[in-house]
Amino acid sequence: MKIHEYQGKEILRKFGVATPRGIPCFSVDEAVKAAQELGGSIWVVKAQIHAGGRGKGGGVKLARSPDEVRAHASAILGMQLKTHQTGPEGQKVRRLLVEDGADIKKEYYVAALTDRATQKVAIMASSEGGMDIEEVAHSTPEKIIKVFADPLVGLTDAQAQQLADGIGVPSASQAQAIDTFKKLYTCYMETDASLAEINPLILEGNGNIKALDAKFNFDANALYRQQEIVAYRDLDEEDADEIEASKFDLAYISLDGNIGCLVNGAGLAMATMDTIKLFGAEPANFLDVGGGATTEKVTEAFKIMLKNTQVKGILVNIFGGIMKCDTIATGVVTAARETHLAVPLVVRMKGTNEDLGKQILAESGLPIITADTMADAATKIVAAVQ
Amino acid sequence: MSILINKDTRIITQGITGKTGQFHTEKCIEYANGKNCFVAGVNPKKAGESIFDVPIFASVKEAKAQTAATVSVIYVPPAGAAAAIWEACEADLDLAICITEGIPVRDMLIVRNRMRQKEAGGGKKTLLLGPNCPGLITPDEVKIGIMPGHIHRKGRIGVVSRSGTLTYEAVAQLTEIGLGQSSAVGIGGDPINGLKHIDIMQAFNDDPETDAVIMIGEIGGPDEADAARWCKDNMKKPIVGFIAGVTAPAGKRMGHAGALISGGADTADAKLGIMEECGFTVTRNPSEMAKLLKALL
Repeated sequence: MKIHEYQGKEILRKFGVATPRGIPCFSVDEAVKAAQELGGSIWVVKAQIHAGGRGKGGGVKLARSPDEVRAHASAILGMQLKTHQTGPEGQKVRRLLVEDGADIKKEYYVAALTDRATQKVAIMASSEGGMDIEEVAHSTPEKIIKVFADPLVGLTDAQAQQLADGIGVPSASQAQAIDTFKKLYTCYMETDASLAEINPLILEGNGNIKALDAKFNFDANALYRQQEIVAYRDLDEEDADEIEASKFDLAYISLDGNIGCLVNGAGLAMATMDTIKLFGAEPANFLDVGGGATTEKVTEAFKIMLKNTQVKGILVNIFGGIMKCDTIATGVVTAARETHLAVPLVVRMKGTNEDLGKQILAESGLPIITADTMADAATKIVAAVQ
Repeated sequence: MSILINKDTRIITQGITGKTGQFHTEKCIEYANGKNCFVAGVNPKKAGESIFDVPIFASVKEAKAQTAATVSVIYVPPAGAAAAIWEACEADLDLAICITEGIPVRDMLIVRNRMRQKEAGGGKKTLLLGPNCPGLITPDEVKIGIMPGHIHRKGRIGVVSRSGTLTYEAVAQLTEIGLGQSSAVGIGGDPINGLKHIDIMQAFNDDPETDAVIMIGEIGGPDEADAARWCKDNMKKPIVGFIAGVTAPAGKRMGHAGALISGGADTADAKLGIMEECGFTVTRNPSEMAKLLKALL
């Protein structure tokens, strides 16, 4: 689960990491009022969406008077902000963060994430703050310093010192940098984050270290014990169909193609998508109905897939294990009837009660095309939609 | 022979009285030598009772002491599953198989590091398979987990995968063209897990009754590439490889918690490329895994 920058900064502050003072706003008037409340003579107006690259897309502006705050807030609020992470249609800006301007002397990068290979928490830092870290990793990998914290021990002083030295924090500010790294680690662990990134982490003219941005991602498996984090969820930033699917315990992701697919199991679902592409079409979605699919679940899955008007055909691929093929066949027939299915449907079923399932499909009187293998199914659905 | 388990394995079921645990324990007992293999269950509140004629003990330690079991299978719900893994480890079992899906990553990080710390301190090493996995099976001997037994057939091909249904797909293809399996292993779809592709490939390489292997992976993480590099220098048996997720978009969790592209090396194309360089016969068509393997024998 992702959150907004201003929410991320709230969390950082709670763990003692310094950030600029700022106020989240939902309207232009609120933005102007926020600037007046903050005082000073320079403010930053920042679009709040769940995507990076906001500055380049025109979503972050400096203002030197309340009138400029008003002008920038009017321009940004409601805009379709396009960044390299939003896709070509962009994301509508519904919230702003108005913040104190910062006196930036130097920009660094720091992030905490789980390292699969070592099964430790990696803390990554770089002297090249404010840039795309993937780009830094690619062009100047020597400028990324990594340490691996043992979750039984935590980030040690020596490791934090290594990071501060490695990215060249001046000696007068090292104690603050080390403190920030250790607090970031604690914050990462205690909030069940899967990513906690500060880019840039800045050195101010007066030697202070501050988080100028905050990007968090949280482990979906742990949300049950992170109610404060769940409260930060902004459904406007998520795909409406994906939200709908999650209500029925369906794992669904919208894609750009025109073949809807309904599969049991995440690996088989991806393999089915790949097979569709291999045979000349593109999948419209990823959809895993899971191990315990019922008629109701299959019907909902059909409804969600068919909401996408791009869908020109549907491929159902089920490997019946514990879930029986006849149960799924009944679900498919019911769903096709209930949704008045008007696009071609190919069903491939394998495993437990396969013959019974095929019989139910055949006797339904519906124009369901059956297939024996994934390749056969993909060939048939591609031909049917052309 | 086979890897990790056989008809003589003695197994404890942790979470035997839960809905999932009961359902699958019954299926496992019905399969091949299961009646003799599943010797104990654990539930502190129901110690002294029994289910499917399997006695229930208060702890893994006690179950092991009473039955000489060396392996456990875990169906405990996510919030308590990491603690169940640790209990199996503390009882010095050889192998713990965790089926549970949805365990918080932090819990897995902590339990994996505790397991390492125990080993480093001279304690017995307990292998972990999973979590979020279907388990493993040695056909006609014993099945530990949630896979459908009837699609398997005893034979000489090893199967390893992160995905449940994709494992079944490979197994069914093999069975259909007359090739059976020595063992089929699901290592699970979580980012922090126990045995990895490389460990299972090593075991298949050492198993005199495995002739060839189908290795299936998916997007996310370095495991498949690590295994491929090891195989290049060490594997004496032919391998067919498939990676799911060529069409998966970056930054989206594709069902499995670990199936997420966050960098270039995570993509299916990158992994397929490395596997090919390392001498695997790779395919982009998952329908022909068994057919390709047969051609290599």
